[in-house]
Amino acid sequence: MTSLAAALALSIMLSIVVTLVTVVRRPGVFDRIIGVGMVGTKTTVLLAYLGLLFGRVDAFVDIALTYGLLNFVLTLAVARYFTWKGET
Amino acid sequence: MIADALAVLLMLGGAFFLFAGTVGYIRLPDFFTRMHAIGKSDTLGALLSLLGVACCVGWSLTAFELAVVAIFIFVANPTATHALSRAAFLSGVAGEQTEERSHG
Repeated sequence: MTSLAAALALSIMLSIVVTLVTVVRRPGVFDRIIGVGMVGTKTTVLLAYLGLLFGRVDAFVDIALTYGLLNFVLTLAVARYFTWKGET
Repeated sequence: MIADALAVLLMLGGAFFLFAGTVGYIRLPDFFTRMHAIGKSDTLGALLSLLGVACCVGWSLTAFELAVVAIFIFVANPTATHALSRAAFLSGVAGEQTEERSHG
């Protein structure tokens, strides 16, 4: 179970790196915002896997919950901010 | 035993859907189609992965907290996707079909 969690955590890290490179290379405000939002969702899952790896799920799940909340608020706020200022 | 098998199944399914979300974000041609890929496959992948970790932990307060995180993502991620696509539509981000229609 631990090796499976390690492999899945590594695959999620790889996805995050590839997504961040794509976010930097791609033009457009909203494309970048959805890329960063997807990185936030994947980080929530990654924190749960890390808790499984370190044997401290009870500590890491609180961090995951906080990260998910912050990610949601950030996405909503940035969407409101760029509604009329978007450079398409 | 059954909980372990269920956990492995859920985690592998979640990893598949998260991977599908990444591929959709990189490969799809258009802003709204990328939104479609992220809003659905990423939400389902996160839900399945968190429930798989909860199956690993077993019946406890931690599993309940993991279920709370999963339910929160299940509600919040489509909401954020909707707000972002509405903002992009109001700011005049064009999809492929919109461009074709305006050219033709």
